[in-house]
Amino acid sequence: MTRRVAIVGAGMTLFRRRLLETGKELCFEASRAALDSANLDASDIEAVVLGSAPDAFDGLHMKGEYLLDGAGASNKPYTRVYVGGGTGVFTPIAAWWHVASGLFDVCLAVCEEKMSPLYPHPQKAFWSIFDHTLERPLGVNLVWIFALEMRRYMHKYSISEEDIAQVAVKNKRNALDHPCAQLADRITVDDVMKSEPIVWPVKKLDISPPSDGAAAVILASEEVARKITKDPVWIDGVGWNLDSTYWTNRELAYPQYLENAARMAYRMAKVENPRKEIDVAEVYDPFDYKELHHLEGLQLAERGKAAKLTSSGATERNGEFPVNPSGGLLGVGNPIAAAGMMKICELFWQLRGEAGKRQVKRDARTGLAQAWGDLMQFSSVVVLRSR
Amino acid sequence: MIFMTDKVAIVGLGYSGFSPSTDRVSYKEMMFEAAVKAYRDAGIDARKDVQSFICCTEDFWEGNSIADEYMPDQLGGALRPVCTVAADGLYGVITAFMQIRAGLVDIAVVESHSKLSDVVSKDDIARFAIDPLFGVRNLDPNPSFLAGLEMNRFLHETGNSRESCAEVASKNLKNATSNPRASYGSKKSPKEILSSDVLAYPLTKLEASKPADGCVVLVLASESRARSLAEQPVWITGVGWCSESPWIEGRDMSSAGYASTSCRMAYKMAGIKDPGKELDLAEIDDTFSYKELQHMEALDLCGRGESGRLVERGFTARDGVLPVNPSGGSLGLGYMAEATGLHRILEASLQLQGRARKMQVKDAKRALVQSWRGIPTASGAVVVLEGGP
Amino acid sequence: MVYSGIGISPQDVANSRYLTVPYSANLRYRWSTGAAVGRFLAELKNGKIVGRKCDKCKRVLVPPRMFCERDFIQTSKWVYVQDAGIVDTYSISYIAADASRLEKPLIVAVIRLDGTGEAGILHILGGIEPKDVMIGMRVKAVWKPKRRRVGAITDIRYFAPAGDAK
Ligand SMILES: [Zn+2]
Repeated sequence: MTRRVAIVGAGMTLFRRRLLETGKELCFEASRAALDSANLDASDIEAVVLGSAPDAFDGLHMKGEYLLDGAGASNKPYTRVYVGGGTGVFTPIAAWWHVASGLFDVCLAVCEEKMSPLYPHPQKAFWSIFDHTLERPLGVNLVWIFALEMRRYMHKYSISEEDIAQVAVKNKRNALDHPCAQLADRITVDDVMKSEPIVWPVKKLDISPPSDGAAAVILASEEVARKITKDPVWIDGVGWNLDSTYWTNRELAYPQYLENAARMAYRMAKVENPRKEIDVAEVYDPFDYKELHHLEGLQLAERGKAAKLTSSGATERNGEFPVNPSGGLLGVGNPIAAAGMMKICELFWQLRGEAGKRQVKRDARTGLAQAWGDLMQFSSVVVLRSR
Repeated sequence: MIFMTDKVAIVGLGYSGFSPSTDRVSYKEMMFEAAVKAYRDAGIDARKDVQSFICCTEDFWEGNSIADEYMPDQLGGALRPVCTVAADGLYGVITAFMQIRAGLVDIAVVESHSKLSDVVSKDDIARFAIDPLFGVRNLDPNPSFLAGLEMNRFLHETGNSRESCAEVASKNLKNATSNPRASYGSKKSPKEILSSDVLAYPLTKLEASKPADGCVVLVLASESRARSLAEQPVWITGVGWCSESPWIEGRDMSSAGYASTSCRMAYKMAGIKDPGKELDLAEIDDTFSYKELQHMEALDLCGRGESGRLVERGFTARDGVLPVNPSGGSLGLGYMAEATGLHRILEASLQLQGRARKMQVKDAKRALVQSWRGIPTASGAVVVLEGGP
Repeated sequence: MVYSGIGISPQDVANSRYLTVPYSANLRYRWSTGAAVGRFLAELKNGKIVGRKCDKCKRVLVPPRMFCERDFIQTSKWVYVQDAGIVDTYSISYIAADASRLEKPLIVAVIRLDGTGEAGILHILGGIEPKDVMIGMRVKAVWKPKRRRVGAITDIRYFAPAGDAK
């Protein structure tokens, strides 16, 4: 029998292109902030799960082992899980089964990314995510595949670059109210269109920046959670899914793996009509088109219709269905795993009514967080509820 | 902490490779072979029956960043829940154990492989795991110096001898001669082992395991599914895992604290009070000869300082009171990076099912499996397995 | 809830305001290509593209693999496929792998190969200006001269509009 599990604390660090703090120190600061928010001490934590994306960024083999004392895991059961860009939302899922299995009552989930050590540019690490024999010799860079996916999506559903740029405008503006944000700004669709092409149709302002940062949440079993806080945020649904490695053999216009992950989470959370039942969503937006793509995969918009939903203003912070009220990766920054965890933190604050200037207007009781990764083939989904 | 009644069992075993090099297949083809065997062993259809796939690997052993990307197809996991645990295979077993106990899935698959023959700069990669800021990384191009430091401290503190360590290597190399999966089985006397080249004093070359390729795939199931799937399920009755400090200089090098903490958790879960008496065999980490002794003591299989004498008296031989590494261990089979823990699970499971052939230990009902994540870590995991209905 | 942290600017780095520790890792591999990709590369040397056929779903898999991921069975036989197909999607890259700007942008595409069902490969397009590329257009491989082929994906120089290719 599954035990009910709740989030009882959350914390995060500043997101910046380069931070003075080491990865260990970032883990520590985010974990400490989460512990403080729950009035807990490191000794209350029974197990730790860490999420971090490629080791190549930090310049370390087995970086989970290096980071562990920063994450408060010394002399504790400690595991690093890893699903590329999907890691940030997958890490709390792994922490969930630590508690739901009955093995532990209190578990800390920490996500860290330190992309700045890689010199001259973190992009170089992404080169090594490609197939070593069939793709790397072509001189690939990371943005290629996303540009290919974006172009295919635009083609299939007749979506324009301007339609997509609205997402960047919205999210960067939302981020103005986030104290950790790296690229908050008031920009226009025209600014996005005029920004320099990186890999067309992806332009500079379509992309989230590389960042350093960390974020953490604390999970507890029902009984313990109620002792820690009067407002636990329940993890009611979890799902994840990985599609084939052979991305060139797939239809890129629609993320089937995400639909599968979402359905797994909805089934568990007994969500029957996601568009009606989800009040606020933090979907993965490393590129602006991804927010649209993901809303469709999540069954939160019809196929090809997410751009219209965005134009209607529904996904604004004060809209009827706020999406990325945090400012998302486009505005707050993209320290890969930490960025996904930032979304979990944001929902924790939104569902408790603690998001301050970022608080959504509508009454939000059910939230959804999603992240995406690998070779455009993985998604993780979490459904959270308050009260 | 509460313990639920749902039991979890291993219901399928598959493997491939187990050779110093596997040039004719890619890692994907090696994984496919092991997966097909495991699913056949369990009598399941991977595409219909499996709800979770867990791979255990580290990017730099693969030479791919986000190695997770390259795992699903050859396991039957495309468009299914697949994830990677960046750790030894035992962590994957424990992850599946938790997913099943949480009621999330009924059947989960755990995979890990070693394709170390593809890795040209092995020492440089091992060294790349050492803290980058304090210069320890640059002390010695051969990272085994850390094993030398630890071994010396262990022998000094416990009074065990270099001869006992050589005895461990001699036993495991010999055990491996009857293991069809072993790459390095041989008959070497402790004297020969001690007189082999020094790798990092006091550790000699024959006391360090050498690399091997291989893949192991396991199928795990909840109690109800296990009973209908397997005639001889292998029950997972205890799990534990722990990381000590990553600061090498700050650790107590004489003891393996991670193993002590892990086994306390696992023994409690399995209801084991006197492990030395209640266990029938142990497949425990022997990446280096002294590690087997250090781990025997940390795992409470004997008292501190007693391990060497027990080994010399044949207590841990295959026909001894408590056989340790009857498979030949890493010294005899070869070191398989993150697949090491799963190879130990494979060997122990075959023992509990009475399928270990020439290696069979008499009346094997309960086995201890333990792994260590290797230099420069102080992290590892423990699993207790039981045969029977 | 939030820890501020200390951001470092590019000027700080340039002025060595904070100490850094440089390190270059020696990461070397020699990957076994295996049965499927090994044969694929050998055939590229002959100027041919080869795939593997799955008897169950009838797909011809390119890049080839010895197993079909959908049906989880062994693929049954080698099948030569055309070195021509249609552009499924494309993009125009202005940056190199290390994020530096390219002098001349590169056209990147996924090409669905004729006779495979749905198999596509990643490659670059040549002999065409970026503005003239369209999804759905026909393209054909332009190979390196035989003596310069080494058994690599780059034995195909690029794919060009089918009318122009030999
Ligand atoms: Zn098929």
